[in-house]
Amino acid sequence: MGLRNLIHCVLALTLGFVGLAMLYLELGAQFVGFTQILVYVGAVAILSVFAIMMTRSAGPNAEPALSASWISGLVVAGATFAVLAWAIISSNITTAASDQPEVSVKAIGNALMHNYAVPLEIMGLLLTAALIGAVIVAMPQEKAQ
Amino acid sequence: MSPLTGYLLLSAMIFSIGLAGALSRRNAILVLIGIELMLNAANLNFIAFCRYGPNPAALTGIMFTIFSIGIAAAEAAVGLGIILAVYRHTKNTDLDQMNSMKG
Repeated sequence: MGLRNLIHCVLALTLGFVGLAMLYLELGAQFVGFTQILVYVGAVAILSVFAIMMTRSAGPNAEPALSASWISGLVVAGATFAVLAWAIISSNITTAASDQPEVSVKAIGNALMHNYAVPLEIMGLLLTAALIGAVIVAMPQEKAQ
Repeated sequence: MSPLTGYLLLSAMIFSIGLAGALSRRNAILVLIGIELMLNAANLNFIAFCRYGPNPAALTGIMFTIFSIGIAAAEAAVGLGIILAVYRHTKNTDLDQMNSMKG
């Protein structure tokens, strides 16, 4: 987040996403791990690179990278981390150390088709609406006569 | 320290990094990227709790994460579209200079 070149920022972000996907795989959530790689590494990072390219904000520029109120932003973020870490460490977490078998993709598919069928449909509708909306918003507007 | 605590601490750290980026960068694209990082931290929490929770076979955390990834993709698409539209108006993506709501 401190890098000046935007392309470097997106590449570092992609590396972070890959690391998170590896964590998901380690936690036994294979499907989510591969979805993470497909969606984030494959789609969101490419989308960000395209946006950087189209707004011509790549490359070193002379303007300062941080906004005028960056000190308060950093302070807020640090305070958030401190509070979260304090809450996590001071809470008494008892984990049931269950060595469960890895969640199979078949079980996920069954759940998606039975218990979560309606959310899945709503999700498809939302994605369609979001994509159409994004295209309409980003389309060059025709000049009114 | 149990492994769940480690995952929660890592998730809190990712969230804070995303928050710092979203609050302190000038470029609108990087602010969007910071928001994506915060969503990812929440996803990691879901997966960790699902794995170490009392009932890991219920798949609730994994389902929530799948839907959350979908929402995040939609959010990224719409956000970048809005950034492109704003760029076409003002010819830059500097958030400090976007201070008028009237094009």
